[in-house]
Amino acid sequence: MLALIPLFPLVGFLLNGSWYLFGQAPAGRHKAGAGVTGTLASLMIGLSFVVSALLFFQLTGMPAESRVIEQTLFPWIHAGDLNLLMTFRLDPLSSIFTLVITGVGTLIHIYSIGYMGHDATPGKFFAYLNLFCFAMLMLVIGSSMPILFMGWEGVGLCSYLLIGYWYTDMEKASAGKKAFIVNRIGDLGFLLGMFMIYWNFHTLDFQTLHTAITQGHVVGVASAADPATITAICLLLFVGCMGKSAQIPLYVWLPDAMAGPTPVSALIHAATMVTSGVYLVSRLNFLYSLSPTALNVMAAVGAFTAFFAATIAITQRDIKKVLAYSTVSQLGYMFLGCGVGAYSAGVFHVVTHAFFKALLFLGAGSVIHGMHEEQDIMKMGGLRSKMPRTFAVFAVAWLAICGIPPFSGFFSKDEILWQAYSSGNGSVVLWALGAGTAVMTAFYMTRLFSLTFLGTPRFTEKPVQSNVTQLAPKHGHHADNHDHGHAHGDDGRVHESPNVMIYPLIILAILSAFGGFMGIPHMSALEHWLEPVIPEHNIIAPNISAAMEWILMAVSVLGAVLGIGIALKGYSNIPKMEALAKRWAWLHKLLDNKWYVDEIYEAIFIRPLVGLSNLIWKGFDVGVIDRLINGVGKTSEWTGQTVRVLQTGSIQVYAFVILIGIVATVGYLIYGLA
Amino acid sequence: MEPVMQVEPWVVLSFCAAIFFIGLIGVMVRRNILVIMMCIELMLNAVNLTFVVFSRQLNHLGGQMSVFFVITVAAAESAVGLGLVIAMYRTLRSIDTDEIQLLRE
Repeated sequence: MLALIPLFPLVGFLLNGSWYLFGQAPAGRHKAGAGVTGTLASLMIGLSFVVSALLFFQLTGMPAESRVIEQTLFPWIHAGDLNLLMTFRLDPLSSIFTLVITGVGTLIHIYSIGYMGHDATPGKFFAYLNLFCFAMLMLVIGSSMPILFMGWEGVGLCSYLLIGYWYTDMEKASAGKKAFIVNRIGDLGFLLGMFMIYWNFHTLDFQTLHTAITQGHVVGVASAADPATITAICLLLFVGCMGKSAQIPLYVWLPDAMAGPTPVSALIHAATMVTSGVYLVSRLNFLYSLSPTALNVMAAVGAFTAFFAATIAITQRDIKKVLAYSTVSQLGYMFLGCGVGAYSAGVFHVVTHAFFKALLFLGAGSVIHGMHEEQDIMKMGGLRSKMPRTFAVFAVAWLAICGIPPFSGFFSKDEILWQAYSSGNGSVVLWALGAGTAVMTAFYMTRLFSLTFLGTPRFTEKPVQSNVTQLAPKHGHHADNHDHGHAHGDDGRVHESPNVMIYPLIILAILSAFGGFMGIPHMSALEHWLEPVIPEHNIIAPNISAAMEWILMAVSVLGAVLGIGIALKGYSNIPKMEALAKRWAWLHKLLDNKWYVDEIYEAIFIRPLVGLSNLIWKGFDVGVIDRLINGVGKTSEWTGQTVRVLQTGSIQVYAFVILIGIVATVGYLIYGLA
Repeated sequence: MEPVMQVEPWVVLSFCAAIFFIGLIGVMVRRNILVIMMCIELMLNAVNLTFVVFSRQLNHLGGQMSVFFVITVAAAESAVGLGLVIAMYRTLRSIDTDEIQLLRE
């Protein structure tokens, strides 16, 4: 039963993939539309959601201590004393993740049917999307590190494939490459961490590892891990998380990843894949809790990333870039939560963030779709009347991410902020960074919201003669797809998105609005649910009074309101804000260029690396190896040239040579041997 | 029965050697493949004769046996050789070894 969860998307991938490969890809074949391929893919992930939900309810029916469902499919790797089974394990933590992945995933699949309606190869798109879900589900229900790693690499691959989905655009193709390469750096850390775990504990299974660490021994094998080793393992694994979950210094790929189709940004680069780092840390919370150093590093990195990314988001003009930096910032929050030991708060934020960030991205996608591929928020404005339903759902997500009660973002963010302040590992600095980020988040999200939906339109709706020319640059619009349902492209007017896109948004809006109630402070259902995996953590530093919690909550809400107020007022008068940006030109330029991080990496890492590669290429490869190889060829050539004169083609000459040979041989036999 | 006439073995052997070298020189200097093949036959038969001489001289039938083998093989060789010559003539319109030097370079 458990294996069905990843199996359905895999089947969907195989069906859609082989149909595309053999039926649609050959030149001249008719491409299947988004409707049929998308329905197939959505059905598969939907079935997976049903199974996840059924198993979730099965888990709730069990006693709290034994809430584990296991299924072993087959022995996988057997080498030496390593005996690895392909086992899936569902416990409260993974069940939360499977529900989020399949639930949000289903909604995004359905949304994609509308969004990719004009795409030339929707079959391929949906096959990749299903493959992603398969890998992501493997990641969260795998019972051991290698299975998790397989999923980890699988989602990386799908991320690469989907970022570069419109690969004919060079910029998008290289954004995919960037994501893949930056992730490889993180994966190296992950692998080393995994090796160290095996080296020290002789097991890769999470449950055995847990027993080994909490009870100090594996069956028959004494555990010999000192604190330094544990810290090293934790930090190495955290490097992996930095790559996958876009933390400083490896966050640079995520903003570029926005080159992919918007549903991909929503599913992979906001809701699911980027949170796998948080999953890993929560899964290994027993390990991290042993290493205060690793936790401190994680909290610091998380808080700083949250703050840093928020500053960049303030000045971005591309609607998806703002959301991308916002995602980096929110991921920083999650690691801040985990870093102060509040893993369940981190997971809580994963869940609410999945809801409202998916909604924000899909809403942005709806805007982009309605605006005919316009992504610059300075060229939007006044969309409230043009796209009323998108406006309404976007407003919910906006309030949720700003942290306005009772929307979901408030609860999870506040939980993290409170833990950052009160927990034994927390500090005022961490809290201040988090709270500052919250104010900035409210500011830049309101800026985005205001520039997009409020005010007056800053674009002109010009009729477009042919929808082929209008869509060709982005979608490779296929002339066969004219039968598509809605009136897209009949004129250049801004329009509301079709129902197939709006309904998933409404469901996500409901979740974003009320999802927070699963984690109300002090009676958090989520925290209670996760307790078997993540022991309850309520170590409040002794000198902090209970009233402080309410004060901090009030402060963060006030901060959010302040941010919203400033932005609303400021961006109701855009020229004034532009004048302000001019007065602070150096700062604006610094933020607009993202602190020049890409340029710095270019100078520090990429150029020296390219230089070194050039040196090795031209010096060693061309100079030594190629010369060696060519030398061998030249030698044979020279030998051939020299010896070819013997080859006269004249039979008599050959016969004469044979005669000489025979005479010589006979002579030797007669006289030489004597 | 007394032999009618006695021939010294060295006379016969010298004769054989002469025929053999005539054949050899023919192979070396002639350019016509047919003639070359005939020269090869000469060489083979010179050897045959030598075999017979030694067989008689040593009272051993092995030499005569070898002769039959050589004749058989020579017949086969001629058949194959002539077949090749015909094929060669059909494609190249020549059986002159000076003109047929396809293997050069």
